[in-house]
Amino acid sequence: MTDMLSPALDERFREAAAAEGLLDVAYDVLEDTPIGALLVGVTDRGVCRITFDPEPERELDLLARLYGSRVLRASRPVDRLRLELDEYFEGRRRHFDVETDVRVMPEFNRRVLAELARVEYGDTTTYGALAARVGNARAARAVGTVMNRNPVPIVLPCHRVVGASGKLVGYGGGLDRKEQLLRLEGALL
Amino acid sequence: MAAAVPPFERFYEAHSTEVFRFLGRRVGRDRAEDAFQETFLRALRAYPRLEHGEHLRAWVLTIASRIVLDDVRRRRPEGELPELATEDERPAFEELAPLTDELPPKERAAVVLRYGYDLDYQEIGGALGSSEAAARQAASAGVRRLRKERQ
Repeated sequence: MTDMLSPALDERFREAAAAEGLLDVAYDVLEDTPIGALLVGVTDRGVCRITFDPEPERELDLLARLYGSRVLRASRPVDRLRLELDEYFEGRRRHFDVETDVRVMPEFNRRVLAELARVEYGDTTTYGALAARVGNARAARAVGTVMNRNPVPIVLPCHRVVGASGKLVGYGGGLDRKEQLLRLEGALL
Repeated sequence: MAAAVPPFERFYEAHSTEVFRFLGRRVGRDRAEDAFQETFLRALRAYPRLEHGEHLRAWVLTIASRIVLDDVRRRRPEGELPELATEDERPAFEELAPLTDELPPKERAAVVLRYGYDLDYQEIGGALGSSEAAARQAASAGVRRLRKERQ
């Protein structure tokens, strides 16, 4: 039909919206990463969201509530993260250069996530050790909750945090994925 | 309670096709592409100021209508008078915008869509999210108000 909106025009609008800085969050769905579909969201400050097995409608509401109603799918703002994730999954990147935006998290969460960001590729740490690094060695359980609510998994590497016994314990994206990521990084044989 | 403002993506997906068709009918397919982009960029700029999610369809069609008016004005050579739609003394739609500025939004939209764009009341009701009868009522209330104001 000639009066249908063409994909090119649709893309052109989405790009212009992002280029003019009019979006609270630009997001896209990366359909086929080695760990399945990922929804990724980016603000003008950095990556604010990475979701496994996303339900886009639910994510839209959540992003709008947290960051503002101007949430639009747009691929250009996500390009850099997409590239870094590709390199990471191919084993060619050990450290993410994209900024993260975790401003909506409570202060304690932000402190824990800042420490988490220092856990290196190929390494693991424990919930208790991470708790000690933010000044409260007994807060292992609270740290576990922070990991579970990490808005940007993979980039902020909560998969590198395991139980004191060495068991993987839990992961927001499922234990299979945690294991897969740790294997990719050579932290598990 | 009024409906919440939806995430822009959902608003855009719900109305983009209809807005594009509307613009295609008004300014032709070639110019509709730029008008389409401008419509949704304007909507995006205004979006944070929306207080609720009611009547978004009428809202975006009103934005599109304004862009059509701007387009018509730009294309009319300086000093040339707008053509009047003479057969039934309807003012041409470009004349209506300044005249209707003072009307309540729903009446304004109904008047502009009826007399400016020649939509029927069923279409207008659709655009405003109300019934055909309510659209007819809004248009005639708007016309009455305009007559009163001009006297």
